[in-house]
Amino acid sequence: MSEATAVKEHISHEHHGFMNTYIFSLDHKMIGKQFLLLGLIMLLLGGGLALLVRWQLAYPEQPLPLIGASQHYLETGEAETAMDSYWDSELSKTEDEQGWLVQKMPVGIITPAFYNALFTMHATIMVFFVVMPILVGAFGNYLIPLMIGTRDMAFPLLNMLSFWIAVVSGAIMLAGFFVPGGHAATGWTGYPPLSTDPAWTGVDWGQNLWCISLIVLGISSLMGSINYITTIINMRAPGMTYMRMPMVIWALFIVAILLLLALPVLTAALAMLVFDRLAGTTFFNPAGGGDPLLWQHLFWFFGHPEVYILILPGMGITSEILPVFSRKPIFGYKAMVLAMASLAFLSWIVWGHHMFQSGMNPSMGMTFMITTMVIAVPSAIKTFNWLGTLWGGSIRFTVPMLNSLAFVSMFVIGGLSGIFMASSAVDIFIHDTYYIVAHIHYVVFGGSIFAIFAGVYYWFPKMFGRMMNEPLAKVHFWLSFIAFNCTFFPMHILGVGGHMRRIYNPMQYEFLQQFEHMNIFITMSAFALGLTQLILLFNVFHSMFRGKKAGDNPWNANTLEWTAATPPPHGNFDAIPTVHHAPYEYSAPGISEDWLSQTNELQPTNGNGH
Amino acid sequence: MLDWLPQNVSTFGSEIDKFFYVIYYITTTVFFLVTAAMIYFLVKYRFQEGKPARYYHGNNTLEIVWTSATLVAMLILAVASKPLWSKIKQNPPPAEVIIKVTGKQYNWEVLYPGPDGAFGTDDDYQVDNNVHVPVNKVVHVLLGSIDVIHSFFVPQLRLKQDAVPGREIVAWFEVTEAGSYEIPCAELCGFGHSGMLGRLIVHSPEEYEQWVGQTWPDN
Repeated sequence: MSEATAVKEHISHEHHGFMNTYIFSLDHKMIGKQFLLLGLIMLLLGGGLALLVRWQLAYPEQPLPLIGASQHYLETGEAETAMDSYWDSELSKTEDEQGWLVQKMPVGIITPAFYNALFTMHATIMVFFVVMPILVGAFGNYLIPLMIGTRDMAFPLLNMLSFWIAVVSGAIMLAGFFVPGGHAATGWTGYPPLSTDPAWTGVDWGQNLWCISLIVLGISSLMGSINYITTIINMRAPGMTYMRMPMVIWALFIVAILLLLALPVLTAALAMLVFDRLAGTTFFNPAGGGDPLLWQHLFWFFGHPEVYILILPGMGITSEILPVFSRKPIFGYKAMVLAMASLAFLSWIVWGHHMFQSGMNPSMGMTFMITTMVIAVPSAIKTFNWLGTLWGGSIRFTVPMLNSLAFVSMFVIGGLSGIFMASSAVDIFIHDTYYIVAHIHYVVFGGSIFAIFAGVYYWFPKMFGRMMNEPLAKVHFWLSFIAFNCTFFPMHILGVGGHMRRIYNPMQYEFLQQFEHMNIFITMSAFALGLTQLILLFNVFHSMFRGKKAGDNPWNANTLEWTAATPPPHGNFDAIPTVHHAPYEYSAPGISEDWLSQTNELQPTNGNGH
Repeated sequence: MLDWLPQNVSTFGSEIDKFFYVIYYITTTVFFLVTAAMIYFLVKYRFQEGKPARYYHGNNTLEIVWTSATLVAMLILAVASKPLWSKIKQNPPPAEVIIKVTGKQYNWEVLYPGPDGAFGTDDDYQVDNNVHVPVNKVVHVLLGSIDVIHSFFVPQLRLKQDAVPGREIVAWFEVTEAGSYEIPCAELCGFGHSGMLGRLIVHSPEEYEQWVGQTWPDN
């Protein structure tokens, strides 16, 4: 098929009309944007749940601000405010007639059962419906065809299905909030036997829907990952060898392989859990010959690769942005690729470090301690190479760059704090404490979320054809950076003090009472962090329609997406580009510009080649 | 930051703390070095008119050096942690006192073997949440659960062990200071997880004898 017929063929796929353009689109760019929108909406929800959790930890069993009953009402029973009257009338009803709100938080005080559902759903939503859809779904779909120089994904229909199945999965997950018994309340890790029998939690269909939703999401992930892998292997533009692929494509390629292999393990475990709950099997029930630890092995065999699914795209985005704004080639391209590949490989053999205190045979401790310590090595390689990229650069402090630099330094803290629990002996003390909560948030918020910020600011002009408002973006960055550290750094201290995670009221414990003020400080910072994100949302939606028009290549970057029109039309390129060199040839000698698109030859004067 | 560690009163706790300190000093040093280098590069190599970036793709020697240095450091840390881990979780010293602790939503059920020293006999003594032990004796806790997973956590002992239904897991400790310490449950076990709280009461030898005499059934 000649180039011209291929274009024609592809363009003939372009259906017009609102439904086919915006809803059931087959275009990878629209699907990427849909994933972005899904992720941003879920980010609001997941963040909101976290703020409710934080309120309870700082002001245990006190009514929430705004919607809670007044002190006067609580003391005297006389309604003073409008909310007082609301609670008063709700509480006078029979249990069957009471509204949703009063069941979850009578007079504005979060119940222990709802609290457990809150932190369970905060983590579930953030992991499965925010970070994965944005980093993998949005950036993966949007960037892969554009950056490898092709017109679309290998399987556009599968791609569209992948998004809509994720939406169905999200709807099932959200429905769980409204079923009798409430939503799943066993943590995002769903450990049996707590999760297998409604008798232990009072949660019935909430937990079932949680399982079913994640099984459905597994189908969506599978479709996406097959698509990514096929596209990257088969559809690279002429000259785009593996070793000329941008780092973010390498990251997404490796992530797709991890997804393909890891998600089915979770699906299998979830299916066993559903059978235990609904069909009377006893996979995880010792009374019937099962074993609760089997779930933990399966869950973490999926769960640790999952952690790298969440962070590798962030590493890729950072590796993409640092060279652009340092105006120099990335330091150690091959080492960076190898480091990501070894992270992916090692992620399969470290799961036991989540189970040091679980009752797993302790002689396994040494094995998992060694593999876990070794995983620090590729992480260190990445960090040193990022520093090497800055060295000798000509650094521009744009908003994407600031967020990428934050990614690097927050990832360093998250990586270093991980060494504590990698040592199985030290883990005895800090396991299941806020130290772990601090660690995971430095990696997944300090890491993945700052990478999302960086990626959104960096590719927004290409996606929507308009620049984002820079002063606003800088305010958003600095406030986020400060509030993030004020929120999560003190959690290390809580952990060192032994503060358990997932507890409803720290003030029930003598040894935790000294942390009351720290918990209040963390909560205030968390609210500041949450409010700051409204700036980002405003900037995204405002700039989408009102932003300054962007040129095709506003950052003077080399990779192929910047050679396409802005925003790229259906089919992306007028003609499929030919790639002549590696992606980060910035400030090459003998060239007047400090950048050189991958489509231009490195030594244009040397006409005969060599 | 390390001042926030609860006071340690167990024999192996101070060794855990020692490791904690070592890792803390190593990681803090690395953090400050990396951050200092980053800030230095950001200032020194900031965009300046007429000062182009270096066209430089990396250095294999450096890659090999920092890869092997990190690898060696991490392996040393792992190997050095091993004896302590084995001591706490694998090879407990012989028991001087044995008790059974069973988690159940939302209490610790504590069973003492009674004067005959054997469990499952008429003279067993059972109580909820209060674990009485003598100071300076090796105590073995036979840990189990009748419903969901709980976790036996005594912050001042640096001891944590999950209690898993269907298994009996041996945890041990030797307390060096008489006193009263909290035993929170550290693994989510349901809506009453928060506040599932036992108490470890560590007696002097005389006090312990007295407590045994008063509370255990006669043979």
